[in-house]
Amino acid sequence: MKFAVIVFPGSNCDIDMYHAVKDELGAEVSYVWHHETSLEGFDGILLPGGFSYGDYLRSGAIARFSPIMDAVIKAAEEGKPVLGVCNGFQVLLEAGLLPGAMRRNENLKFICRSVELVVENNETIFSEGYKKDEEIKIPVAHGEGNYYCDPVTLEALTENNQIVFKYKENINGSVERIAGIVNKEGNVLGMMPHPERAVDELLGSKDGLTLFKSILSHWRERNAITS
Amino acid sequence: MFEVKVYVSLKEGVLDPQGAAVQNSLHHLGYEGVEEVRIGKVMTLQIQGSREKVETEVKDMCEKLLANTVIEDYRYEIEEVVSQ
Repeated sequence: MKFAVIVFPGSNCDIDMYHAVKDELGAEVSYVWHHETSLEGFDGILLPGGFSYGDYLRSGAIARFSPIMDAVIKAAEEGKPVLGVCNGFQVLLEAGLLPGAMRRNENLKFICRSVELVVENNETIFSEGYKKDEEIKIPVAHGEGNYYCDPVTLEALTENNQIVFKYKENINGSVERIAGIVNKEGNVLGMMPHPERAVDELLGSKDGLTLFKSILSHWRERNAITS
Repeated sequence: MFEVKVYVSLKEGVLDPQGAAVQNSLHHLGYEGVEEVRIGKVMTLQIQGSREKVETEVKDMCEKLLANTVIEDYRYEIEEVVSQ
């Protein structure tokens, strides 16, 4: 399985993402600059955290129109796994691949610490390695992670089981303590916490590695590779 | 040439944490009558073209990029600028 890490000007978790996939997961991975227009040959797309375009206008608003985004949308439509973390999540929201939007954290602070998440849905390609209601420890680092959607959208998210991760305790004001959601088809996940920063006990937790392992094992099953 | 002012603000009903903090601070300064503060953005654009074209384009720009209509409202004013 070959992963692409999309690099926008201002991405700063791209190297962590690359490290998680290459060294900890042991899969193939390449950086793809945002000026590229094709994602041919890649089986999984990763949008890393950071501050693309300095968060000018709104987080992710300008990156959403980078040339590579047409290819990301195409990959999502083809059913390939697409994971957006932090700023990557914001880009997916701006691109309309996931519903909702981000507001400033309710306490206006940049929150940078490890938090507890609850696995709400372990039946996605990203979360099948976790147990339902499992509590996991993953760091967050964001100033705009206060997830918002209107009541109708929230009802749909709940009904379709699209809420994958919730914060155990409210940290930023997000509706329903939402930390991560998938699209209706289940192949696009956006989450504010950073699984790529929790892939080794040395980093305080390796709970994030399970997410990458889930994607890989699902892909292997689907492609009948038994190594 | 037209000068366009685009005003973007959070929709009514969407909590504005920045506005709430500023309101709190105004209360501390003694302005107790302040019942709400909402913070928004103003963008000024200079655009060439016919008024009709500018109007269509500005609406498009707002929908696509300048505002996120999930949480934000926008309005704009278009004024013709006569070059000296």
